[in-house]
Amino acid sequence: MIDYGKVLNPTVTEIKPSGIRKFFDIAETMEDVISLGVGEPDFQTPWKIRKAGINSLERGKTKYSANKGLGLLRLEISRYLERKYSLSYNPDTEILVTVGGSEAIDGAIRAIVTPGDEVIIPQPSYVCYEPVTRLAGGIPVIIETKAENDFKVTKEELKSVITPKTKALILPYPCNPTGAVMEKEDLEALYDVIKDTNIIVISDEIYSELTYGETPHTPVASLDCFYDRTITINGFSKAFSMTGWRLGYCCGPEEILSQITKIHQYNIMCAPTTSQYAAIEALRSCDEEVESMHAEYDRRRKLIVNGFNKIGLTCREPKGAFYSFPCIESTGLTSEEFCERLLREKKVAVVPGTAFGQGGEGFIRASYCYSVEHIIKALKRIEEFVTELETK
Amino acid sequence: MKSEILKLLCRNARYTNEELAVMLDSDEKTVAATIEELEKEGYIRGYKAVIDWDRLGDAYVSAIVELNVVPKADLGFEEVAEKVMSYHEVESVYLMSGSYDLNVVVKGKTLQDVARFVARELATIDSVTSTTTHFVMRRYKEMDVHLCDMEHDDRGQFLL
Repeated sequence: MIDYGKVLNPTVTEIKPSGIRKFFDIAETMEDVISLGVGEPDFQTPWKIRKAGINSLERGKTKYSANKGLGLLRLEISRYLERKYSLSYNPDTEILVTVGGSEAIDGAIRAIVTPGDEVIIPQPSYVCYEPVTRLAGGIPVIIETKAENDFKVTKEELKSVITPKTKALILPYPCNPTGAVMEKEDLEALYDVIKDTNIIVISDEIYSELTYGETPHTPVASLDCFYDRTITINGFSKAFSMTGWRLGYCCGPEEILSQITKIHQYNIMCAPTTSQYAAIEALRSCDEEVESMHAEYDRRRKLIVNGFNKIGLTCREPKGAFYSFPCIESTGLTSEEFCERLLREKKVAVVPGTAFGQGGEGFIRASYCYSVEHIIKALKRIEEFVTELETK
Repeated sequence: MKSEILKLLCRNARYTNEELAVMLDSDEKTVAATIEELEKEGYIRGYKAVIDWDRLGDAYVSAIVELNVVPKADLGFEEVAEKVMSYHEVESVYLMSGSYDLNVVVKGKTLQDVARFVARELATIDSVTSTTTHFVMRRYKEMDVHLCDMEHDDRGQFLL
């Protein structure tokens, strides 16, 4: 008999299961659940992109690509970043095509972090940074961003957690689940704190196409002061509605990128070739499709934010991504209680803020990757739920 | 503003003025006034539900009838189009480019009803020289709306 407790890697066994497992199980037993619970677009991948994938298959493009990704795709990525954000990366040495943004995050952290190094992670945020840091032997250091700061990282917060062991700072903006963005001034303020250190910034900008309002997305690396210490991560999932194609990329100084490329070479080989051909088309000819999806998200965003505020659940205006993050403290319930009861009593699925870090307590994440009709229906049920809570 | 309202109403005519106002960064009053204006000016011609009658078991038969017409000297196709439009069995009338002139969608309770209507009413109009009738066998999509249950969300309920 094998004692599995002894053979398994404790760093892995100690990783906590996802905070929404329980809700999955409840929802599974129910019918007619209206979900605002998913973090992926409801739009189909634009047909042009699918067609490009199909064409590549028809032409027999079914072999490995270069480790770094197809040269043509890297070239298109560099052009896209230049034209959208005036961001310059050399396609031969500073861009790596990965299996989703996820692989890029893992590769970036592994290339930087040695056991005992500290990695600063703002939360509430997407769930992978902490476990990936631990798997690399690093120590996650959490900054709990505050609603009153619009869930941005402040200079003071950053200063208070930096130690001589700090190796990297994750900047997950535009942010899942809070919808927060970091604008130019916000980033400049952070630079003051880290300018005399060797801290590397890992900037996960997967939602860069999805910002709303006056100012367009500011990539961290677009600020000269950050350029040589930043690994920019992006991908095709959210902007082009290509989640299942599993394609992302990271860019940064050649010295770092060449190391991430080695990791990629040995555990991935290369990103899926079909997806890479499809992605070339996405970058070349889909501005219009991206814009039209963006306009639709924006309408839904206004509707859901207005809806929550009317119900009495204070909801700040999310400036990016496709999530609303209303505060449910007024109900007297914890985030988990709120979500579980809402699911059981009104069959609406939303995610507790605590799934994204303890700082998410008091909030829920309601995604607006759903049709306007669907959102209206869900909001009605949530309103009933909150009204019934108040009258009880 | 006008074209934005039209786009949204075209998608779903039952959005409330409040919902429209929120989505368009406007207020209910302005939205209501704009819609009224659009109606008065004749841009909005009506509001209807998209119904899957087949599902109701209350099925009807419809056919696309192609009409060839000899146009009148002064009136062109207008006169005959107006005549065709006046029948309550006729759902829509389009002047076409190509091998025939008027495309007429005809609705009736039974196949016989429609056939009788075409033979007795449409085919006998003076300037109509020939008719070709195509019966609709199944409706998959109407006015942008899927009528079969082919659209479903396979994303599951939760995903972080």
